[in-house]
Amino acid sequence: MLLIRCPYCEAERPEVEFTYAGEAHIARPADPSALSDDDWRDFLFIRTNPRGRHFERWRHMHGCGRFFNAVRDTVTDKFAMTYKAGAPRPSDEEIALAASVKEARP
Amino acid sequence: MTNFRIAGKGRVNRSRQIRFTFDGVDYAGCEGDTLASALLANGVHLVGRSFKYHRPRGVLTAGSEEPNALVGTDRGNGRSEPNTRATVLEVFDGLKTESQNRWPSLTRDIGAVNDALSMLFSAGFYYKTFMWPKSFWDKVYEPVIRNAAGLGKAPTAPDPDTYASRFAHCDVLVVGGGAAGLAAALEAGRSGASVILCDEQAELGGSLLSEPAAEINGQLAWDWLEDANAALAAMPNVTVLPRTTAIGYYHQNFVGLCQRLTDHLAIVPEGAPRERMWKLRAKQVVLAQGAIEKPLVFAGNDRPGVMLAGAARTYLNRYGVKVGNRVVVVTTHDSAWHAAFDLAQAGVEVAAIVDVRGTVPSQLAAAADALRIRTLIGWTVTGTKGRLRVSSVRVNPVTNGGKVGAAETIACDALLMSGGWTPSVHLFSHTQGSLTWNEDGQMFLPGRGMEECRLAGAGKGRFGLKAAFEDGAAAGAAAAADAGFGAEPAVYHVEGELSFTGVTGRELPTDRDPGHAKAFVDFQNDVMAKDIRLAVREGFKSIEHIKRYTTTGMATDQGKTSNINGLAVASDALKRPIPAVGLTTFRPPYTPTSFGTFAGYNKGALFEVTRKTPIDAWAEENGAAFEPVSLWRRAWYFPQVGEDMHAAVARECKAVRSSLGIFDASTLGKIEIVGPDAAEFMNRMYTNAWTKLAPGRCRYGLLLGEDGFIRDDGVIGRLAHDRFHVTTSTGGAARVLNMMEDYLQTEWPDLKVWLTSTTEQWSVIALQGPNARKLIEPFVEGIDLSEGAFPHMAVATGKICGVPTRLFRVSFTGELGFEINVPARYGRAVWERLFEAGQRFGITPYGTETMHVLRAEKGYIIVGQDTDGTLTPDDAGLGWAIGKTKPDFVGKRSLSRPDMLAKDRKQLVGLLTTDPKTVLEEGAQIVLDPNQPVPMKMVGHVTSSYWSAELGRSIALAVIQGGRSLQGQTVHVPMPDTVHAATITGMVFVDPENTRLSA
Ligand SMILES: [Zn+2]
Repeated sequence: MLLIRCPYCEAERPEVEFTYAGEAHIARPADPSALSDDDWRDFLFIRTNPRGRHFERWRHMHGCGRFFNAVRDTVTDKFAMTYKAGAPRPSDEEIALAASVKEARP
Repeated sequence: MTNFRIAGKGRVNRSRQIRFTFDGVDYAGCEGDTLASALLANGVHLVGRSFKYHRPRGVLTAGSEEPNALVGTDRGNGRSEPNTRATVLEVFDGLKTESQNRWPSLTRDIGAVNDALSMLFSAGFYYKTFMWPKSFWDKVYEPVIRNAAGLGKAPTAPDPDTYASRFAHCDVLVVGGGAAGLAAALEAGRSGASVILCDEQAELGGSLLSEPAAEINGQLAWDWLEDANAALAAMPNVTVLPRTTAIGYYHQNFVGLCQRLTDHLAIVPEGAPRERMWKLRAKQVVLAQGAIEKPLVFAGNDRPGVMLAGAARTYLNRYGVKVGNRVVVVTTHDSAWHAAFDLAQAGVEVAAIVDVRGTVPSQLAAAADALRIRTLIGWTVTGTKGRLRVSSVRVNPVTNGGKVGAAETIACDALLMSGGWTPSVHLFSHTQGSLTWNEDGQMFLPGRGMEECRLAGAGKGRFGLKAAFEDGAAAGAAAAADAGFGAEPAVYHVEGELSFTGVTGRELPTDRDPGHAKAFVDFQNDVMAKDIRLAVREGFKSIEHIKRYTTTGMATDQGKTSNINGLAVASDALKRPIPAVGLTTFRPPYTPTSFGTFAGYNKGALFEVTRKTPIDAWAEENGAAFEPVSLWRRAWYFPQVGEDMHAAVARECKAVRSSLGIFDASTLGKIEIVGPDAAEFMNRMYTNAWTKLAPGRCRYGLLLGEDGFIRDDGVIGRLAHDRFHVTTSTGGAARVLNMMEDYLQTEWPDLKVWLTSTTEQWSVIALQGPNARKLIEPFVEGIDLSEGAFPHMAVATGKICGVPTRLFRVSFTGELGFEINVPARYGRAVWERLFEAGQRFGITPYGTETMHVLRAEKGYIIVGQDTDGTLTPDDAGLGWAIGKTKPDFVGKRSLSRPDMLAKDRKQLVGLLTTDPKTVLEEGAQIVLDPNQPVPMKMVGHVTSSYWSAELGRSIALAVIQGGRSLQGQTVHVPMPDTVHAATITGMVFVDPENTRLSA
C-alpha cells in the first residue's frame, strides 16, 4: 500500500484514503463548441499512458476531499512529488529537487 | 512399529507424547515434532501421491519449501485444511491427517496409471493432447481433467474460524530468526529502535536448531540461542513473532505478516482467532531468510526416502530422528558430507558418499575415512529402485572426459542429496529489487534495491554461521542507524563451522537415454528435465514461456526447490548461460496463505456495511421483504399472510393508483448546492436550464458525462436564489458528488459554490395516490397545499406533524404525490403518525418493486437499468430536458459528434407482448426476424419488464435500434423455450395525459 502525501493536509497518508482520478493537466476547453470533432475526441479519450513519469490526479477522498496532482513513476510506482490542483506542471528540475529532498528524509 | 528416534538427539520433548493419526493409523510423536518428523520417527516416508503422475512421494525437505509432503488436516470442530505441508505442521493430541491425490489408498492408487502413460503428459500436454476432436472437449476431456486436477480436497463447510488483523509500525523489521536475523534484531534492539522480529517456525534459531555442536562466543549453539531469546524478551522495544511468515513485501516498506495463532493447539480457546494479518510499515527492513537447498536432478530422484541432505541433518539434530538405517549421500556440495558424518556418528550406516565433483576438500575426505565411510568421488547417480520407498541406488564412475562407466547398485533405505543452496531472495524480489547472477556461487544475489531494505546472511549468499552472525549484526546496526538510532555491530567467534563449497548441480550425467529418465525438476507439478528440453526443442526460449508451457515453478511452492534446477536444464538445452535465460518473478504470498487471513474481520455482516434508513426498522417489524440497492437494504415489498411477491406487488400497485401508498424514499441521494454561483454551477453541470427556475419550484435534472451519455437524474428543487436541493439516484449519490467536486475544484475554482452531501440528513416519505393531499393537509403548517398555490413540481419549507419539513410535490408514480423530507431523526415518528392517520384511506406501504412497476407504467426511466452508459438524452427520449440555448454544459459538445447523431442508434421504447400474459425477461435480446439463421442480428434488448395490475397485462421498456421510427412494428424475443412476439409502442402505458398528477 502506497503512502501518498496530500499537499493540502501536508501529511503522508495510506493509499486507502485516496482515489485515483486520471491524468493531470488536461484542462477542459473554455469553449468546447469551438473545438473540431477530432480535437474534442482527443480531449475526451486520448491519454499519454507513459512508461515512467506520469502526471496524474488523486483525490484525498477520505480526508480533506481535495483533488491534487502527483508525479508518479508507472514502473516503480514511486511518487516524486505531489502538488495542489491548479499549480503548473512542475519542471524536471523541480521534480528532481522534490525527489532528492524526499530521499534525504530520515 | 519401528522407532527411528535416536536417544540423546534433538530438541523435542520426549517426556510429552503426542497422539495423532495419518490415514486413520494412530501414531505417537513428541511435543515439538512436525508431522513430517513424527512420521519419519515412525519410519513413514510415503506420505502422498504426486499431482500429475500419482507417483509415490515422501518428505523432501524440513521446511516451508516442501513440495511433496502435502496432507489434508482435520483439527476437529469443522476445522479442516487441504495441502498443509507436513514439514511445518506441528503435531498435537487429536490431530487427524490424511494423504492426498490417491484412490482408493495411498499404497494402491488407480491414478498411478498416469505414470505409465507419462509420455502422453509431457510439456504442454494441456495445449496439445486435448485439441482434437473438438467435440470431445466438453464431454470427455474437460470433466476428466477437472476431476483429476487440483491438489487435495477443498473443505465444503464454511470456515468456523475467525481471523484477526492489525496495523503496526516499527523502526526495524527483521524477517527470519536464524543466526543472521537474531544478530540483526539484537543489534537493532540494543540501539533502542522499535524492532519486530518474525520467523515462520515455532521457535527462533533457523539453522542453529540443526547445529547443536557449533560454538558461538564460547557457548554451545543452543545455549547461545537460549540467551539470545532471553535478551530479546528482556527488551521492551522488541516484539518477537514466531509462527509468523512475512508473506509479501510491498511499496514503501509495507510488509504483510501472517501470524498463526491456534493451529498448533490441541484445544483452541473460545473465540481465539486462528491467524492474524499484520499490516506493517517499517522504517527499515532486514531480510535474513536464509537459503534453500537444491535437489539433484537424476532418474528416480523423487522416490520416498530420497530427501535433501540438509533436511536429513535437521531431522537428526533437531528432532532426534534418523531418516533411514542405511543411507547413501549424493552431492555436488560440501554440506551434504556433514549430514553423512552426523548420521554416521549417530550410528546410522552410511553406505557411501557419492560426490559428482572431481575433487573435494581434503578435510572432508579425511573425516569420511575416519568414520569408515566409502567415498565415490567423481561418480554419478543414474537411477533408483523401490516402489513405495527407495531400496537401492545405481551409481556409476564418470571419467575426466565425461564418459559414464559401468554401474554399481548400492542397497539403501534413504538417499540424501544436495545440489547446493539457493539464497531466499523472494521478498527482496517482491519489491522489484533486481537480481544479479553470481557465477562463482552459481546463484542469483540481490542487486539494486527499491526499498529501505538490507539482506543478511545466507539470504544474500553469505554462507556459514560466522558470516551470518556478522552480516546480520552489521545489517541490524546499519538499519537502526538509518532509522535514527546509534549502534555498533558486535563481533562473533564461531567454532565448528560447516564447509560450504560446491557447484550447482546440472542434471547428473547418465549412461542411459536422458529422454526416458524420470528425473524430476519440479516435484509438486511433476515436471521432468526432459519436459523442459522438449519445450526448448519446440521453440520456447524465455524461462517465462518455458515455465508456463511446462508448468515448472508454477505450483503452490512457487518452485522454491526447483527454479534454479529448471533454469540450469533450460540453460544447457539452449546452450546459453543461466542469466541469459532469465529468472521468473517471485510474487506474494511467500508461502500459501489462508483466504481467512486475507479476509480478516471482513466477513459475514462485516464484509460490507448495510446502510439502513431511519424507517428500515418499521419495515422489518411490518414483514417487509428486503433487497439490496447499492449498499442500502430497501423494503422490496410487504407481503401479507398468504401472499407471494406477485400478489403483494399487485395489491400495493392497486392501492397507490386507487387511494394511497406510502414509500420510504430516504435512500435517494441528496446534495445541497449553495452559494451565489449555485445556479451558474447547475447550468454547467446539468443539461437543463436553471436560471429561470423560480425558488419554490422543481425541475427534472439530467446529468451527462463529458462523453454525452446519461450518468444520473433526479428531481431538483430550488429553495432560494442561492440554494438547490438536488436528488440523485440511490446508487449514484457518491459518484455524482465526486463528479461535481471534481469540476468545482479543478475546472471552475472561481465559482462561489459549496456542495454538501445531505443524503443521511433527511428521511424521505413518499405519499402517492389520489388521497395523498387529504391525508397530509391536517398535519402541515405554513404551506398552502392547494393546487394553485402548491402545484406539481413545487417545493416549500414548513412543518409537518410539528417538525420542520421540506415538502416536495413530486411523483414517481404518475399519481398525485408528495415527498416529505424531515430531519432523519423524526423520520420514523412522522411515518408512523401518517400511517396511522392514513388507515381511513387504506394507506398501503409499498416497496421498491411496486415503485418500479408504477414508474414503468408511466415510462419514467431508471438510470442504470434502462440506460447503460451508452445512451444519450435523445436515445432515452429525454431530448426535451436539454437547455438548447445554453452555450455549454457537461457533455454538450459530445452530443454533436457524428456517431451521436447516427440514425440507427438504440432508442428507448415501450414493448407490449402479443400474449399479454407473457412477462419478458429483463436483458432478453430482441431480433426483427425470428427465422433468420443463428447467430441472429440482435437489434436491442429488454431493459424493464413487469406485470401491470393496472392494465391487466405485461409491459416492458426496451432499447431498439432506430426504435422510435418502428412504432407499431412487431419484434421478436427468442428465449430457450419459445420466441415471444411483441409490438413497439410509446413509453407511457398509463394516463398519457398526466391527468392524475393533479387529481
Ligand atoms: Zn488531504
